[in-house]
Amino acid sequence: MILVWLISILFVGGIIAWLSERINPAYPRMIALITVVLDLLLMLSVLGSEPNAGGWIASVNAEWVPRFGISFYLAVDGLSVLLILLTGFLGVIAIGSAWDEIKERVGFFYFNLLWTLAGVLGVFTALDLFLFFFFWEVMLIPMYFIIAIWGHENKNYAAMKFFIFTQVTGMLMLVSILMLAYFHLVQIGNLSFNYHDLLRIEMGNQIEMWVMLGFFVAFTTKLPSVPFHSWLPDAHSQAPTAGSVILAGILLKTGAYGLIRFAVPLFPEASLSFAPIAMTLAAISILYCAKVAFAQTDIKRLIAYTSVSHMGFVTLGIYAWNEQALQGAVMTMLAHGLSAAALFMLAGGLQHRIHTREMPDMGGFWIKVPRMAVVALFFSVAALGMPGLGNFVGEFLALLGAFQANITITVISAFGLILASVYSLWVIQMIFHGEYTGKKIDDSHLTDLNGREMFYFGAMMVGLVWMGMYPQSFLNLSQPVLVELLNNTQSIFAAVVQN
Amino acid sequence: MITTLADLLPLLPLLIATATTIVAMTAIGIRRNYALTAGITIAGLLIASLVAASTMFTSNSQVTPLLIVDQYSLFFTVLTCVTAMLIAIFSFPYLANLDDSKEEYYLLLGIATIGAIVMVSSNHFVSTILGLETLSMSLYGMVAYPVHSKLADKFPLEASVKYLVLSAVASGILLFGMALIYAQTGTLEFSSIVNVTKETPGLGAGFSIVALIMVFIGIAFKLSLAPFHMWTPDVYEGSPLPATIYLATIGKSAMFVVLLRLIVTTEALSFDSIILAISLVAIVSILAGNLLALLQDSLKRILAYSSIAHMGYLLLALVASYYVQGTISVEAVTFYLFAYMVMSVGAFGVISIVSSSEKEFDDIDDYQGLFWRNPWLAAVFTGMLLSLAGIPLTVGFIGKFYLFFSGVEAGLWILLAVLIIGSGVGLYYYLRIVYRMLLSPKDGEGFNSGGSQHIGSHGVLAFLLALLLILGVYPTPLVSIIETISLNIL
Repeated sequence: MILVWLISILFVGGIIAWLSERINPAYPRMIALITVVLDLLLMLSVLGSEPNAGGWIASVNAEWVPRFGISFYLAVDGLSVLLILLTGFLGVIAIGSAWDEIKERVGFFYFNLLWTLAGVLGVFTALDLFLFFFFWEVMLIPMYFIIAIWGHENKNYAAMKFFIFTQVTGMLMLVSILMLAYFHLVQIGNLSFNYHDLLRIEMGNQIEMWVMLGFFVAFTTKLPSVPFHSWLPDAHSQAPTAGSVILAGILLKTGAYGLIRFAVPLFPEASLSFAPIAMTLAAISILYCAKVAFAQTDIKRLIAYTSVSHMGFVTLGIYAWNEQALQGAVMTMLAHGLSAAALFMLAGGLQHRIHTREMPDMGGFWIKVPRMAVVALFFSVAALGMPGLGNFVGEFLALLGAFQANITITVISAFGLILASVYSLWVIQMIFHGEYTGKKIDDSHLTDLNGREMFYFGAMMVGLVWMGMYPQSFLNLSQPVLVELLNNTQSIFAAVVQN
Repeated sequence: MITTLADLLPLLPLLIATATTIVAMTAIGIRRNYALTAGITIAGLLIASLVAASTMFTSNSQVTPLLIVDQYSLFFTVLTCVTAMLIAIFSFPYLANLDDSKEEYYLLLGIATIGAIVMVSSNHFVSTILGLETLSMSLYGMVAYPVHSKLADKFPLEASVKYLVLSAVASGILLFGMALIYAQTGTLEFSSIVNVTKETPGLGAGFSIVALIMVFIGIAFKLSLAPFHMWTPDVYEGSPLPATIYLATIGKSAMFVVLLRLIVTTEALSFDSIILAISLVAIVSILAGNLLALLQDSLKRILAYSSIAHMGYLLLALVASYYVQGTISVEAVTFYLFAYMVMSVGAFGVISIVSSSEKEFDDIDDYQGLFWRNPWLAAVFTGMLLSLAGIPLTVGFIGKFYLFFSGVEAGLWILLAVLIIGSGVGLYYYLRIVYRMLLSPKDGEGFNSGGSQHIGSHGVLAFLLALLLILGVYPTPLVSIIETISLNIL
């Protein structure tokens, strides 16, 4: 039941926040904050429960549409718990970053923010594929509103592109889900969208590949990976800061989660033969998007491209499909969630202060805003993979695991780390170093980070250091889940290799 | 066979609808009172739908060779009567200020509904054509209704004549097809045609195919399927809004029920060329409807083109019915028609509620900033548009799910691909409207939709929005009803 509460609190909180605007425009943000903090506490309480035999910590299962064998089935294991905790944490951060920035139609903004979070939680917990798809789409609409209403100069284009990309590829996934259900009908005799039931389906090689591609395309669009990434830079550069935080921090992770939970375990054979292509796409994402990031002058577009590049390591790790690589992918998801969110908040904070995102107009800000400069340096260094911080652990493990699976691609991908150092430090140099002229910008509002901002940047720093120094506390949670997934697919792989 | 009075009892909903029209006509004869006429019509339709609903699970009989009253036809009788009632409620404020006699409009609406009830209960070509012509004749009148009004905003006469001429041609083709079938089989009953088309003696299979395709073309015109859709946007745009709603919802659903019964009973799809023809029409409709809607600025025209695409989606499930065991594709058609009715009445209803016979607000510019000017209407409109686009939490998504499911089960990959492409294109123009409503309002005249005349219409919108969301989240009740009634069709 606790899972239903987790999601419904956000839905209800969103509606209350919207309505409370009529009483006082300051209420929505407080109500939103209280709701998410409450939700975060509930999530932590889930952590205390002991997992059952299947590894599920909490679950709820009720009939929904019996005609199609659809049930309302939510469950969490260690992997989902990590991701819903990330969702809760970044939810609080996102509200913090919107606190002063959003001044118009506040009620509706926090409504959308909470509903997006609710949709994401649903995605991370749903184990009925219909329900999963349902939440997958539900999180789109409020996100569309966030970009389309509170976005910047080119918001219509960006919001539309985001929506159409994810919706159309989502429909491909729907067809794949329906094919799975149909195979279940043919082989077992009844319709089912239950994850555990569908794991047992046998398909011909060719069909399995097509069905798997439906999932793969939907997930890699969200992730995103080359060649489905072009919506991301637009969506990020136009979204308000809180939107970027949620987009980069959480929404992208739903794609990676889908790959780990659904795409590979449901189609082990097809995934095995597809792995070289997926890993090649990952390597292309890492290198190409790092290169493209270097060519950007718009700071948010730059960070967006680096996101694509970093998510390449996640794809690489997932398709290497061994324990180290998967642990690396999970750690990268968590660490990148924090570091990318922080970088977008810094970019958003800068834009809020000087009304431009163009880096050539900036320079020498270290003198004016020393605290912001230090924070930016910290997160840039985290993003480039400095040992001692979370991202390093993730990317290192991903590469280590991938090395066992495919040496060539891994060696090529590792160059991404070098490019990451180049563009990260280049950003710092462009914005904060050099001589301060302040000619091209209106610097009257260029103030340093205030206490509230320092607080949530501090919280994220603690998170990254924790992940970097003692990753075991996170790895312990995801390890049993990943081992279980590996065991399930191992026998099938062995059979394939023998043939 | 002697037909007794008791045999006619299952026709009670039809009789009540007829009586309603007669009572309303008599009332007008005695004293012209706009509110009274509208009230009689609305009440009569409500009673008819309640009676139909109460007998839905008990009644199953062939009344005369012409009409079948089974659960399926009663389901659509309820749907037709309720929709007609909702349209009557929308019509009331719309026509209130018309500078011409306005009571007779409700007679036309009532007679059109009689035609639609006959169509959904028909399994005989004679009753099909009777129902169809009753419906169409009344619709010509409804479309042209404000023609004598000096203040009429649109061009009802042009729309009506265009509809009349093209519709007559289509009826001609339909009748010719029926005549060919009669020449072949000597019968006009759907169920008797089946064996003959299968064995194809007499004039040969080619003859049957030509006959069936001519019937299909006639029906496709009424459903405004591409390439027989040219009339749709012009007629939709030129008609007064309540007539547009009628044309777009009841006019379509009644025809589609006939098509479904005809195709399923006669097993017309056992001819490859018929499947090919229907599939091609589906593909062209989905693509043409969605692509042409991109270029429009008039909401009526956008919804007209989108209705072309939606009819194309429905054909997918119709084709699937041939390949699929069981009733799933019939259920898909039924559910999607239901969803289509809800969201079309809702979407047009929002436009109707802010419009009147003197001034129709159907340009996309008129709706800029509606979210902040009138959040209620904007929320309803957004819900309806997202449902038309097939987004979850709405009934349109469940409908799309049904279509996808029957398509997957039938293995219609090309049609499914077209459906995905079409829906993707469709997102653009639905979201375009939503986006305009989200922008900051422009200065200028606002909508007048607050008066006491509009209370009923707002109630209807609330009802439709509730239906849209409840069935979108928990569709099980409707799903099980449709599962039961669909057994009747096979």
